[in-house]
Amino acid sequence: MIHSLFLINSSGDIFLEKHWKSVVSRSVCDYFFEAQERATEAENVPPVIPTPHHYLLNVYRHKIFFVAVIQTEVPPLFVIEFLHRVVDTFQDYFGVCSEVVIKDNVVVVYEVLEEMLDNGFPLATESNILKELIKPPTILRTVVNTITGSTNVGDQLPTGQLSVVPWRRTGVKYTNNEAYFDVIEEIDAIIDKSGSTITAEIQGVIDACVKLTGMPDLTLSFMNPRLLDDVSFHPCVRFKRWESERILSFIPPDGNFRLLSYHVSAQNLVAIPVYVKQNISFRDSSSLGRFEITVGPKQTMGKTVEGVMVTSQMPKGVLNMSLTPSQGMHTFDPVTKLLSWDVGKINPQKLPNLKGTMSLQAGTSKPDENPTINLQFKIQQLAISGLKVNRLDMYGEKYKPFKGIKYMTKAGKFQVRT
Amino acid sequence: MTDSKYFTTTKKGEIFELKAELNSDKKEKKKEAVKKVIASMTVGKDVSALFPDVVNCMQTDNLELKKLVYLYLMNYAKSQPDMAIMAVNTFVKDCEDPNPLIRALAVRTMGCIRVDKITEYLCEPLRKCLKDEDPYVRKTAAVCVAKLHDINAQLVEDQGFLDTLKDLISDSNPMVVANAVAALSEIAESHPSSNLLDLNPQSINKLLTALNECTEWGQIFILDCLANYMPKDDREAQSICERVTPRLSHANSAVVLSAVKVLMKFMEMLSKDLDYYGTLLKKLAPPLVTLLSAEPELQYVALRNINLIVQKRPEILKHEMKVFFVKYNDPIYVKLEKLDIMIRLASQANIAQVLAELKEYATEVDVDFVRKAVRAIGRCAIKVEQSAERCVSTLLDLIQTKVNYVVQEAIVVIKDIFRKYPNKYESVIATLCENLDSLDEPEARAAMIWIVGEYAERIDNADELLESFLEGFHDESTQVQLQLLTAIVKLFLKKPTETQELVQQVLSLATQDSDNPDLRDRGYIYWRLLSTDPVAAKEVVLAEKPLISEETDLIEPTLLDELICYIGTLASVYHKPPSAFVEGSRGIVHKSLPPRTGSSESAESPDAAPSGAPPSEQPAVIPTQGDLLGDLLNLDLGPPVSGPPVATTSVQMGAVDLLGGGLDSLLRSDVGGSPAMGGTGFTAPSAVMPANLGPPPSGGLGDLFDLAGGVGTLSGSHVAPKTVWLPAMKAKGLEISGTFSRQVGAISMDLLLTNKALQVMSDFAIQFNRNSFGLAPAAPLQIHAPLAPNQTVEISLPLNTVGSVMKMDPLNNLQVAVKNNIDVFYFSTLYPLHILFVEDGKMERQMFLATWKDIPNENEAQFQIRDCPLSADAVSSKLQGSNIFTVAKRNVEGQDMLYQSLKLTNGIWVLAELRIQPGSPSFTLSLKCRAPEVSHYVYQAYETILKN
Repeated sequence: MIHSLFLINSSGDIFLEKHWKSVVSRSVCDYFFEAQERATEAENVPPVIPTPHHYLLNVYRHKIFFVAVIQTEVPPLFVIEFLHRVVDTFQDYFGVCSEVVIKDNVVVVYEVLEEMLDNGFPLATESNILKELIKPPTILRTVVNTITGSTNVGDQLPTGQLSVVPWRRTGVKYTNNEAYFDVIEEIDAIIDKSGSTITAEIQGVIDACVKLTGMPDLTLSFMNPRLLDDVSFHPCVRFKRWESERILSFIPPDGNFRLLSYHVSAQNLVAIPVYVKQNISFRDSSSLGRFEITVGPKQTMGKTVEGVMVTSQMPKGVLNMSLTPSQGMHTFDPVTKLLSWDVGKINPQKLPNLKGTMSLQAGTSKPDENPTINLQFKIQQLAISGLKVNRLDMYGEKYKPFKGIKYMTKAGKFQVRT
Repeated sequence: MTDSKYFTTTKKGEIFELKAELNSDKKEKKKEAVKKVIASMTVGKDVSALFPDVVNCMQTDNLELKKLVYLYLMNYAKSQPDMAIMAVNTFVKDCEDPNPLIRALAVRTMGCIRVDKITEYLCEPLRKCLKDEDPYVRKTAAVCVAKLHDINAQLVEDQGFLDTLKDLISDSNPMVVANAVAALSEIAESHPSSNLLDLNPQSINKLLTALNECTEWGQIFILDCLANYMPKDDREAQSICERVTPRLSHANSAVVLSAVKVLMKFMEMLSKDLDYYGTLLKKLAPPLVTLLSAEPELQYVALRNINLIVQKRPEILKHEMKVFFVKYNDPIYVKLEKLDIMIRLASQANIAQVLAELKEYATEVDVDFVRKAVRAIGRCAIKVEQSAERCVSTLLDLIQTKVNYVVQEAIVVIKDIFRKYPNKYESVIATLCENLDSLDEPEARAAMIWIVGEYAERIDNADELLESFLEGFHDESTQVQLQLLTAIVKLFLKKPTETQELVQQVLSLATQDSDNPDLRDRGYIYWRLLSTDPVAAKEVVLAEKPLISEETDLIEPTLLDELICYIGTLASVYHKPPSAFVEGSRGIVHKSLPPRTGSSESAESPDAAPSGAPPSEQPAVIPTQGDLLGDLLNLDLGPPVSGPPVATTSVQMGAVDLLGGGLDSLLRSDVGGSPAMGGTGFTAPSAVMPANLGPPPSGGLGDLFDLAGGVGTLSGSHVAPKTVWLPAMKAKGLEISGTFSRQVGAISMDLLLTNKALQVMSDFAIQFNRNSFGLAPAAPLQIHAPLAPNQTVEISLPLNTVGSVMKMDPLNNLQVAVKNNIDVFYFSTLYPLHILFVEDGKMERQMFLATWKDIPNENEAQFQIRDCPLSADAVSSKLQGSNIFTVAKRNVEGQDMLYQSLKLTNGIWVLAELRIQPGSPSFTLSLKCRAPEVSHYVYQAYETILKN
């Protein structure tokens, strides 16, 4: 099982170590540093690094490497999933997950890590339960603790842990009972030069924020559940009910959680909400190239496309660019060769456009690679797959909750080749 | 106020200051001090000097302070064992606390204190906690057993904790079950033979119930444990699969992959005609695709596993090609894996898309990725014949880009395409030649030179091209030098008149001015060939080359099957079995996929036993050995095998040269002499052997020997027809087929060696790896004359059983190495067990009865022999020919009972009871033996003998 955890910042300092079994010398991280050096970029460090006596599994999040040390054959996904859970927990506890915050809260971090694993076995990883065991620091609590001498460690057995609904704490009470559901879809796509779709798929999630008193039992039904043929559920969802009736029936955890994530595959026709027209030419002989891109809406069901951001990694041979946008701001970094254009909203009557010239290194032939354009955008009130919630009902409690459902479509990895 | 204040140090001794604070009377100050100590500890500072002071703070009602002190204890107890004893009392007291949280915390912490002296004191509290009324305490205690086992395995066994842990598998609380399974799995990993997780249908049912209710992590442990179970038939496998499938929709990717493992493994047992089989295949695809939208690290592990899955069952993902398309900002490790899988999924249906993608990738920034993409195009051409033309034109387009490394990679793969489709795409050679100057990598240069040499007759200026390379001959790498030498010789053989000078030059460069022995030898060989017999030279150098196979980098099927059992583990990431890399895996058990068994079949065959748990008791005659292959690879083939030759002295005398291997078969009275005769199977003594039945390829003399062989079967046991053991394709033209026989107490291996290569073979030698019964050659392999192309030689190799012994799996596996002048080849074969039945295997009646009673009943194995319409007497006499002796015959209720005995070369007795129902072609065979693992092979021997 998981032996130890090292947290390493981007400059290569080990700033926290935690051992769940015997102590593993931090010199084991030297193998990690070697791999890091070879990988040139932090994102490219291989996730599994073998050393003569141990295996190092790492994830890179928020500019911190979380390096887990294992000694025996342990499922690597188990370790990586756990590391993700650690990151999420830190974020949940401290709002952000950064070196500074971790150092500021080192004792809480240590206590939390101790509760999450026992001898390398996961113990309590649900944030509901962890928060009952160890209260997250708040300014108020810190002040109160200092004055009264009380502690932020709970002295009750986390009640949920042993009930049939281990994800929900008992005795929840709210004055305003509310349940919000966000249907968020990210569209991943590769569009080729000519504008046709090579592959497109949708990663959707339904995130919930449920603040309901007592033990509510919810059901959520969809207008078109047939869209959901590839789904992963939160453990609270009753799988049998879904299999037979295509209805989500569950007792929710308290607070924020991901109810379900789904995947609409490339085989179903995926609507592409925007298009990019581009004309980029590196002329062979002269030292000037032409550059023009236009972004426009395509299948948006009448909704506005906003938060549009275009980025592109230009080839090394591009020295500088002189461009004029019809709207928004643009920057080009001549060192990293990164072009970014913050477009904002797309007005269908007046399409945003960025046009100008590139100065190329004189004397060299045209670059080997073509730049890829990366697109970000947001569309409110639209789930591009067409998924729609039909109704939400509550059983088991008497009060009338306030319910809300929001839809949003975002660009995931949306790439246009040139 | 943040914790960072704990890191600030005053210049005066920090430790000293902390000590004072720890001993302060104020609770608050104490706690702050402990916090400072912990903070220092987390960043790796040594604060062990404060041990007594911190331990003094342990007796407190403040839970946070207690927890902090516990944290400290876990870290430093090891370095201060004597001091740590001070903490024991508190632990024992806390284990009795009314608050289950404190009880659990105490039992959890004390397991983490890795001090021998302390562990002894902890047994009693642990025992109590394992039976605690609160499941939270029980589940914590279950993990504690694993901790304790890690510290002192003997203690855990002596105290009976393992049994208590096994009982917890039936606990009412799913969390406790999951932790018990996890703890047992961890303990089992260090004790592969302990048989801890003894799974049976009842316990499986409990696990499946717990699976639905426990935490995600518990689900992983339970699924991994289920994967080790071997269902008794396809119905059970299907019902387990049905209950595991919902896990595919879990949000935790590790749960998903573990479920995939269980399904992939049990699917092996399901019949492909079953509707459910198809449903299951369909259900597997979506979760695998979903894994690919996760974070890159998860993607990487998933991709490595998918790589195995598409090799085993390509149909699962054949329609999902697009999800493997590479995004430009994927990390490089994800890109390379995706590319690999794309090629594996490439087929005629999707090749156009794949090629378009690969071409796109070839213009990316990352050099490694671009290279691999170009290579992938070549692999597509070789894999999908219909696409070859399109691939070649894509490669030509890429060559036109003139990007240096792209051109070089393209040339390397075009060489392979030429090998696969000779005489089809030579029109592109001109384009290739244009880029000659830009090649600076050895592999690309060698490939280009090979192409020029191979097609020298179509390239007008081939001599000039090669000459230009020759100028810098000594600066080239060996690879290029060798290629250049061969290419020029080829050129000379094709255009002798103009290139005489060139060939002279390269031969002298290679033989006189080079220090490289390979190069020098190859030079001399060519020189000798050219000067003595140019026709022969032509036949050798310009010989037609075998086509290259479709996919070169497939994982070997047996390894693949083993790796499928390890889906989701490190082994699957490295594509190596755990025994190859996991440290401290004492005698890792090789896992294998379950055999396909119908529910109607007898479930008693040893194969159905869980493979994860080998028989607990090994008989002393067969020592277990973890390393099965290693020995064979280290074999030294030079000296002949020592050991007393059995009745073969004459073979070793020079005088028999005349008769070659033939005499050998006379002496050994080889009955399976030729395939045609072997086909007749068991040769009855009275059978008249027509001399023309099967003229052996070795010539007329053979007939005589065959005849003699026929006569010689008088007392011989059954001999199976020869089968091909080593196909020519795998052994550079050497084909070996053979069988085993036993005649008058002597075992021999009858071999048929055929040279299917174009060169003469000589210097044969043979060696066996250590095996279960110590089989070893009793004499060297006697092949006197070199084996000319297309010639076949028949040889009988006498064997003895005095070689070294190592248990093999299967038991009758024999790994053989054969050497000749070309190379060393390895193959493995299964020998029928009846060659090991000795002649004095008849037991006295009294003895038989006593022994039968003496052998415990669990050693008895029952088998069915079907479709064997023989009478009891015929059976008896037939078996006697193979040294299975009938001790007694009885008739009970109209059934004939034969009591038989046999003895193996290593002295193991096997007792048998054969029940024959007159008129029914099915017999029931019960075998009893002190080493029950041989039973199955004895049964196989029975089958073979009776059915031939």
